[in-house]
Amino acid sequence: MIISSLAFYLFSFITIFSAVMVISARNPVHSVLFLILAFFNSAGLFVLLGAEFLAMILVVVYVGAVAVLFLFVVMMLDINFVELREGFLQYLPIGALVGIILMAELVLIFGSWVINPSSESIVTTSIVYNSDTTNTHALGQLIYTHYIYLFQAAGLLLLVAMIGAIVLTVRKRPTVKRQNISEQVAVRVDDVIEVKDVTSGSGI
Amino acid sequence: MLEISLAHYLIVAAILFTIGVFGIFLNRKNVIIILMSIELMLLSVNINLVSFSAYLNDLVGQVFAMFVLTVAAAEAAIGLAILVIYFRNRGSISVEDVNMMKG
Repeated sequence: MIISSLAFYLFSFITIFSAVMVISARNPVHSVLFLILAFFNSAGLFVLLGAEFLAMILVVVYVGAVAVLFLFVVMMLDINFVELREGFLQYLPIGALVGIILMAELVLIFGSWVINPSSESIVTTSIVYNSDTTNTHALGQLIYTHYIYLFQAAGLLLLVAMIGAIVLTVRKRPTVKRQNISEQVAVRVDDVIEVKDVTSGSGI
Repeated sequence: MLEISLAHYLIVAAILFTIGVFGIFLNRKNVIIILMSIELMLLSVNINLVSFSAYLNDLVGQVFAMFVLTVAAAEAAIGLAILVIYFRNRGSISVEDVNMMKG
């Protein structure tokens, strides 16, 4: 009990600290690395909550794909980041004001949240979440039955996002020579060979 | 204090969400940090969904968190692609220059 409580505090403090560092780090590469740390520690929080599958998905998808994509873009673009930090202090007061108000409201709302015992009876899934079945097993039974259409739609969304990202970033360079296979196959003899009638002694 | 209740997780998520909003205010010129702040906010939403799912013994929250994750990944990919072509066209990623399409 005490171990899991301490683990909760450890994970949540590191998560919040690294989130603060994400938005305040001078170097965007450090921001991305702190984002990765935040994701790792939230995965720890998910494990504490018993959502092992989502924790692993968080590590694989976020740390393995999204954060590395961020890192890639940050390192690829040659940007003067010092210039972009101008106005940092200018926006600090209004940002802090809005942030403090928002945080106070959210903490006041959520800090006193108690679950009504009767709400246990309106659980929307038939799969009871207990210790016999693993989290991944139960989640799979739910996703592939009740939520199969949503699951397919999510896959379609990822496909559209992939095509969109490729279409956006692909670049046609006129200077680079490329092989056009259909053009090569479609070539006729008349297009490439010309028969000249050469009179002897004069040349072409 | 040592008994971790639902409220603890909700407060962590609330603080994360606030940091995300604060990050958007603070780094108004740097689109990359803004995208990262959006990721932080989506992460806090995920923590909310998963903690409710765990404390209500209802798996739907985790299913929904998975879909949120999918959308977040797609959003990050498209956002960064737009960022790359924007940088290629303009040579900067300052948000204040984005009014190029304004008539």
